[in-house]
Amino acid sequence: MPEPRRPDPDQLLRKVQQAEAIEHRAKLKVFFGAAPGVGKTYAMLSEAQERRAEGVDLVIGVVETHGRSETAALTEGLEILPRKELAYAGQFFPEFDLDGALARRPGLILMDELAHTNVKGSRHAKRWQDVLELLDAGVDVYTTMNVQHLESLKDVVAQITEVVVRENVPDTVMARADEVELVDLSPDDLLVRLKEGKVYLPDQARHARDHFFRKGNLLALRELALRHTAENVDAQMRRYMESEGIRKTWAAGDRLLVCVGPDGLSERLIRATRRMAGSLGAPWVALYVESPRHFRFNEAERSRVEENLRLAEKLGGETAVIEGGGRTDEDILAFAHDRNITKIVVGKPSRSRWIDTFLGSPVDDLIRHSGDIDIYVITGETTKQTASPSIRSRITSPLRNYLLSILAVALSTAVAALLFRRTELADIVMIYLLGILIVATRFGRGPSLMASLLSVAAFDFIFVPPYLTFAVRDLRHVGTFSVMLLVGIVIGNLTERIRAQVRLARAREHRTQALFHLGQELARSAGSTALVASAVQNVANQFQSHAVVLLPDATGRLEMPTHPLAFPLNEQERGVAQWVFEHDEPAGLGTLTLPGARATYLPLKGSKGNLGVIGLLPDGAPQWAEPDQRQLLDAFTNQTALALERALLAEQSIADRRHADEERLRNALLSSVSHDLRTPLGVITGAVSTALETPDISDSTRRDLLISAQEEAQRLHRLVSNLLDITRLEAGALELHTEWIPVEEVVGAALNRREFGPETARVRTQLPENLPPVAMDPVLMEQVLVNLLDNALKYSPPDSHVDIKAWAAGKSLTLSVTDHGPGIALGEEERIFEKLARGQAAATRPGTGLGLAICKGIVTAHGGRIQAVNHPQGGAQFLVTLPLGTPPLMPVEAP
Amino acid sequence: MTNPGPLILLVEDEPQMRRFLRVALEGSGYRYLEASTGEEGLAMAVQHRPDVILLDLGLPDMDGLDLMTRVREWSQTPVIVISARGQETDKIGALDVGADDYLTKPFGTGELLARIRVALRHADPGAVEDPMFILGRWRVDLAKRQILIDGKEVHLTPLEYGLFTTLIRHAGKVVTQRQLLKEVWGGVAGAQPLYLRVYMAQLRHKLEEDPSRPRYLRTEPGVGYRLRMED
Repeated sequence: MPEPRRPDPDQLLRKVQQAEAIEHRAKLKVFFGAAPGVGKTYAMLSEAQERRAEGVDLVIGVVETHGRSETAALTEGLEILPRKELAYAGQFFPEFDLDGALARRPGLILMDELAHTNVKGSRHAKRWQDVLELLDAGVDVYTTMNVQHLESLKDVVAQITEVVVRENVPDTVMARADEVELVDLSPDDLLVRLKEGKVYLPDQARHARDHFFRKGNLLALRELALRHTAENVDAQMRRYMESEGIRKTWAAGDRLLVCVGPDGLSERLIRATRRMAGSLGAPWVALYVESPRHFRFNEAERSRVEENLRLAEKLGGETAVIEGGGRTDEDILAFAHDRNITKIVVGKPSRSRWIDTFLGSPVDDLIRHSGDIDIYVITGETTKQTASPSIRSRITSPLRNYLLSILAVALSTAVAALLFRRTELADIVMIYLLGILIVATRFGRGPSLMASLLSVAAFDFIFVPPYLTFAVRDLRHVGTFSVMLLVGIVIGNLTERIRAQVRLARAREHRTQALFHLGQELARSAGSTALVASAVQNVANQFQSHAVVLLPDATGRLEMPTHPLAFPLNEQERGVAQWVFEHDEPAGLGTLTLPGARATYLPLKGSKGNLGVIGLLPDGAPQWAEPDQRQLLDAFTNQTALALERALLAEQSIADRRHADEERLRNALLSSVSHDLRTPLGVITGAVSTALETPDISDSTRRDLLISAQEEAQRLHRLVSNLLDITRLEAGALELHTEWIPVEEVVGAALNRREFGPETARVRTQLPENLPPVAMDPVLMEQVLVNLLDNALKYSPPDSHVDIKAWAAGKSLTLSVTDHGPGIALGEEERIFEKLARGQAAATRPGTGLGLAICKGIVTAHGGRIQAVNHPQGGAQFLVTLPLGTPPLMPVEAP
Repeated sequence: MTNPGPLILLVEDEPQMRRFLRVALEGSGYRYLEASTGEEGLAMAVQHRPDVILLDLGLPDMDGLDLMTRVREWSQTPVIVISARGQETDKIGALDVGADDYLTKPFGTGELLARIRVALRHADPGAVEDPMFILGRWRVDLAKRQILIDGKEVHLTPLEYGLFTTLIRHAGKVVTQRQLLKEVWGGVAGAQPLYLRVYMAQLRHKLEEDPSRPRYLRTEPGVGYRLRMED
């Protein structure tokens, strides 16, 4: 029984997600042709007219009719977006207005010539970038393209037509197309149209027309276009089959790996891999192994490595750079196993067979150890590029090193001359070898080679008979010379390799250290502001540039940085940064988007989206153009983004918590205040209305009522004062007007406060006469005492005493207020100073729980301390400790 | 109408406040006028020449201090400033530009009437300086510079005596620190509020029964001192 094919659940899920995404995302349709003149624009416009008839809101972004009347007729009735005039090199050029299109936001936009290069000064370098931005903004796009502009077919087309096409469209853009419509015309018909002058050709292409519009070329291009379309259809078919659970007929899960280097062959390898991967529907990776040799490459070679990796990215491949240790084949295979690679594409530079036999070939090693991974070897006939002279060591030694190596040989000769005739010739050879070894380790390969040659010459000239000629009598000595030279060269090469490895290790160590240092700095900086400042500092130092970090405000606009600006950010630069922030892609100097900017801008990507933008203005040429530096920069920005995200989250949670605390406090205050305000108000209203409205009321009763109303009004007064005080304390509006004041005066003022009335009779004071004056605010300190007294009187029996004492000890003065009440519940000694906290005893009595918090606020503002303890003899004791200063001297008055 | 009561002008924007003060003042035999804005108050002061002006510092149309200054430009009529707690600087400001006294809201009627009595007494041009000043157990003979408490002589230093007599001269009224420093330490350079506080403390120790709870030599925190005339 054949089991019905059941789709893999993971794939199903992916399909559903993709279907959802596709349903919402804008659609791209490409009208694809083999050559100019096949009628792509015409086909696009015809379809546009149909869409318009269906009521689609469509706009012509760019359409080149090239003066053809049939095509022009088709634009009739279609809205045309006005072009923007861009000034470049003193002239004005009309160019597609991307911002205008985004502002207009039609349902569908027509963008002729996908491969077009924009006029300098446009946002993007290429039109296909404009198209991608339009798609991202949710606008459907119709566009046209010829097969020769497809990046992966570039070299094939060049081979066929001998015309190098400069305007390329990455394959990823084509892969993004939801629909590809082939506009086909037979070569014969096309040639007829060409003769009739119906094909527009730009001026610079006219001279190439004889080459280009040959029937053979047109046939080949037509085949390419058809084949590419077929592949596209094939991919669609495959997606359909996968989604419908139809068994695949090819090996699943192929993954391709292509090894690239700085040579010209790599470009071909990448394109070949892309085509192979395309027909297999497999993902692919371009790998560069950074071996010690990498550091011997010159600028041009390094940038070629980078270009090759970029090409792979453009063609839709993933790129990876690994650091190689010893054997390249082992590094490649380890990576391949790691990533489940099934096929490896490598290039084999053509060199003579005996060199391979003698030195071994990495490709052969790779094939030998590949196991179940298929190896595709592509040999390179483009040797003229691979045999670039710069493959050899480019670390040129300064002239000084050569001179020193001559000196070293001279020194060896001197030492040898001392030992000559006292020892064997072999020992003399050893002395020379020692000299060569020292030169090799200190001065590099060139000088060591020269030292070897010079040593052999000197040895021959001085120590081998016949002396002082280069002639050799004994043929055995020729063997000695050869061995000496060979050993010298081998030593030179070996030490050179070690030196290269040391350099590589140093560079790696430097990179690791830089990252480690950044990590440490970021971890050390508290808060996002400090973090940003330290990141800016680190990035600027590492990449010899000026850096800024821009963070968004609540509305998503980037704000000017909080740290000092390392370079001026004008409106234009900020615009670039804003674009980077919104589109999550690098832009500015050295990128394809807005390359006219002064600085490079990179997004700071957090786990939940963009956190901000980092901008770098290089001191000279941007260092990050090199792949290893670029990787380091990426690592820097990633690390910064992660740390920043963490810091922002932490700040957010602190703010949330504080907000919640404030909210809770506000609510508690509100409920407490409303209760405590209502109680006295209730008494006042009741007492007064009774006195007013009761007809037969005795004078003494009326008087009693009014007295209670008065008492409650005073309580209300105290409450409102406290509320005002706490508000001022909270708002930070508390201003101390300190003066030197004897404690006795403040105590007296507090006791004289009218609201205590006869209650103060319970208070006993004990203040030594020689107490030094204290610097304090008379009004606020009086308030502290009033609050403490109020508490003491309120929470102690009506006939008990309340004691006020003061004493000076050391550098401080302490004032105590002690009652004989129930004291403070255990464990509440600290808590009662918190706002709204009230002792257990207070639960049954009116009060806001603000009095002690106010005391604490005021005392703390004086640099003092307030604490509550239970007195050993019972009752609560409040201790206010204030610092003693040096009061101004008083002139002594004669009595 | 042979002896009409003194005329009091109240400048206050709060109607409830005016209502209660009208009852309190008229009930105590004063004639009463009221204004709700500064301009109105100024016009009435010019027109009716009140004996005492009660001035609220928080007026809707002008700063109470400005009004105070403008009154003082042409008149020595006693002015009692009414203000809320926490406005110590305002109070001192008003006293500096010539206010006679102040009252802090909320206040009782008794307190208000006492202040008005003191103000009227100080403003009476016909009052003859009495060389004998008697308060509670104190008998001060200003002519002989002699102070007796329960008949026992108390010795004061010259500065203490100067301070005490200054307070007696302004008896019942608040005297600001600045005023006291000027009148007592007048010529001494670098005189500080601390001097004043220390001499005040010495005075209390010599004259008051319980110096930590002074009965007559009262502190007005943040403003100055007052020799209290009645309990």
